[in-house]
Amino acid sequence: MLEIRDLHATVDGKEILRGINLSIKKGEIHAIMGPNGSGKSTLAKILAGHPAYEVTQGEVLFEGRNLLELEPDERAREGVFLAFQYPVEVPGVSNAQFLRLAYNEKRKHLGEEELDPLEFKDLLAERAKVVEMDAGLMSRSVNEGFSGGEKKRNEILQMAVLEPKLAVLDETDSGLDIDALRIVSEGVNKLRTPENAVVLVTHYQRLLNYIIPDQVHVLYKGRIVRTGGKELALELEEKGYDWIKEAAAGA
Amino acid sequence: MSQAVKEKSIYADAFREFAAARAGEPAWVERLREGAFERFEELGFPTTDEEDWKYTNVAPIARKAFMPAAPDQVEVVGVETFVSAEARRSRLVFVNGVYSPEHSAREAIPSKVLVEELGAALTGEHGEVLWNHLGRLSGEGDDAFDALNTAFLGSGALIRVPAGVVVEAPVQLLFLTAPGETESATFPRVLVVAERDSRLDLIETYAAVDDSEYFTDAVVEVFVGEGAGVTHYKVQDEAGGAYHVASTRAEVSKDAVYDLTTVTLGARLSRHDIEVVLTSPGASCHVDGLYLVGDGQHTDTHSLIDHREPNGASRQNYKGILDGKSRAVFNGRVYVHAGAHGTDAQQSNKNLLLSTDARVDTKPQLEIYNDDVKCAHGATVGQLEEEELFYLLSRGLHRDLARNLLTYGFAEEIVKKIKFDSIRAQLDEAILNRLHARLEA
Ligand SMILES: Nc1ncnc2c1ncn2[C@@H]1O[C@H](COP(=O)(O)OP(=O)(O)OP(=O)(O)O)[C@@H](O)[C@H]1O
Ligand SMILES: [Mg+2]
Repeated sequence: MLEIRDLHATVDGKEILRGINLSIKKGEIHAIMGPNGSGKSTLAKILAGHPAYEVTQGEVLFEGRNLLELEPDERAREGVFLAFQYPVEVPGVSNAQFLRLAYNEKRKHLGEEELDPLEFKDLLAERAKVVEMDAGLMSRSVNEGFSGGEKKRNEILQMAVLEPKLAVLDETDSGLDIDALRIVSEGVNKLRTPENAVVLVTHYQRLLNYIIPDQVHVLYKGRIVRTGGKELALELEEKGYDWIKEAAAGA
Repeated sequence: MSQAVKEKSIYADAFREFAAARAGEPAWVERLREGAFERFEELGFPTTDEEDWKYTNVAPIARKAFMPAAPDQVEVVGVETFVSAEARRSRLVFVNGVYSPEHSAREAIPSKVLVEELGAALTGEHGEVLWNHLGRLSGEGDDAFDALNTAFLGSGALIRVPAGVVVEAPVQLLFLTAPGETESATFPRVLVVAERDSRLDLIETYAAVDDSEYFTDAVVEVFVGEGAGVTHYKVQDEAGGAYHVASTRAEVSKDAVYDLTTVTLGARLSRHDIEVVLTSPGASCHVDGLYLVGDGQHTDTHSLIDHREPNGASRQNYKGILDGKSRAVFNGRVYVHAGAHGTDAQQSNKNLLLSTDARVDTKPQLEIYNDDVKCAHGATVGQLEEEELFYLLSRGLHRDLARNLLTYGFAEEIVKKIKFDSIRAQLDEAILNRLHARLEA
């Protein structure tokens, strides 16, 4: 589904990704871990098409197509979804309206009939159950004044509505309380199908107890320096990153 | 010099003709007009040398010499589309400055409440209300457009709400320009007297049936009596070739509330002067507005909130959306007199530029002559937030839709306070139409 080959990227002339290689097949779950500032969010945003980052080398194929030449909105309609580490507040735009517009954009793209506000309301109510989202948050402006945890839940609600093929969840677990972590994780599991794939960017092994990854990658200084199974996360939890950093320095 | 001489004479013949045609009206009205015309002749149209008109050049209005529209009834179809649904049975309609009984309706107006066409009021039994109020807020000033309006005063409305009366339905005054009166001028004049503890919702609408070129010079005076509340919407959706110059002047008494919301969509050039005088303790006002202008449009809002007595409150929130090669001017003055202790005044003007050719000049002016006040003001000019745009794009919204939604979000703060669906819907559509224009372009 996703092939990243030798990806290099800069922001303001500073090199942040320095040769990423990653292959994700449909139905898989990949976790990306790594110290602060190693480039995890950069990678996630490049996949979504953020204009601040410049790809200087390498390629990204999504279902065989060159992802990098698509506009951010085209990528989304093709089925790429990024749950932001820091979801953006959009004043004056109601959450329900936003979700309906996004949903209908996708329907149109698939050549399907758009839903009117009433029809969409039913669909939204059903999807909101997946993340046990409070209905009161639907009529409020997108993320405005939402608590940290509510924002994260809202991201997963958007995922539930849009049903992406590839979902990249950037630290969706950070800021969630213990119950919310379970609810959101179960939500993500419910949204899994053999046809889609999930990339989890996280700092905590705990999330991976709920959502079991097929592979765990460690990103350090813009490169994937180690890949393993779910045990790798446990090992990191126990030992920290020093041994990885040393190994990387020695390499 | 020759310029000034020319300006002085362009309305002289028209004025004599007009005055002669209105011969049956009371002598004091005649004197009011005479005085106003003399003042206009002295003042002439303002030039950009004057501080208040620095950014707004009205020379085209003088040059085009728009003459008063003929006082004839004009057939017009589709008036209903300009009527606010909430005011279907409480409205006065004017077509090219002429009152149209056929399109007006009063069933929803309580019989105690006076909503009368100005021409009839001038010769009717309500002379005293007029005599007591007309021109009191706009009479002596040095505003040439007010003077010109007063000189040609005769079309418009008188609204009087007696003490304690609550008017449930909004009263709409619809000033419509229809084909046939292109290149002419109208002088709408409105006087609102809301007596003690009364309530009134007023919708003042300017619209055009087609895209002609004309000049509207309007003056609205509003007296809000003790404990009364007037909510006033002004919707300016004139034709793309129109020139619209208007003043809204209100006097707010003790514990009374005046709530003005202006929506500016149309006209090639528009200028709105707002003056709210809080004359007694505890008076308050809201003066909010949204201007939405595109290629070739220029809009200018000048407001003055005059705090004269203690414990008054004023809130001003103006937002502007500019697209194409357009220009907006906002000049908000708050004047707090020495005796006006406990004044609470806030003013904000935020502008969103959707194109690099748009330009805004915004200037808050606070003049405060005592220490016991709470005043805050702020002005911003900005573009759409890149991070917000990316967020919407990342959910699959086409760029145009995303920009449009953010633009809508910017305006929403003003839109949501409008309590009539019809006006909100009109605004929604105005913002949406802009989207379609973009998508087609
Ligand atoms: N827009 C930007 N401008 C300047 N520097 C940036 C920008 N975006 C990212 N960086 C820098 O790139 C590096 C990688 O940042 P990134 O956000 O990808 O890290 P991360 O691995 O997600 O870290 P964290 O675990 O703290 O979320 C950091 O040094 C960061 O400061
Ligand atoms: Mg990050």
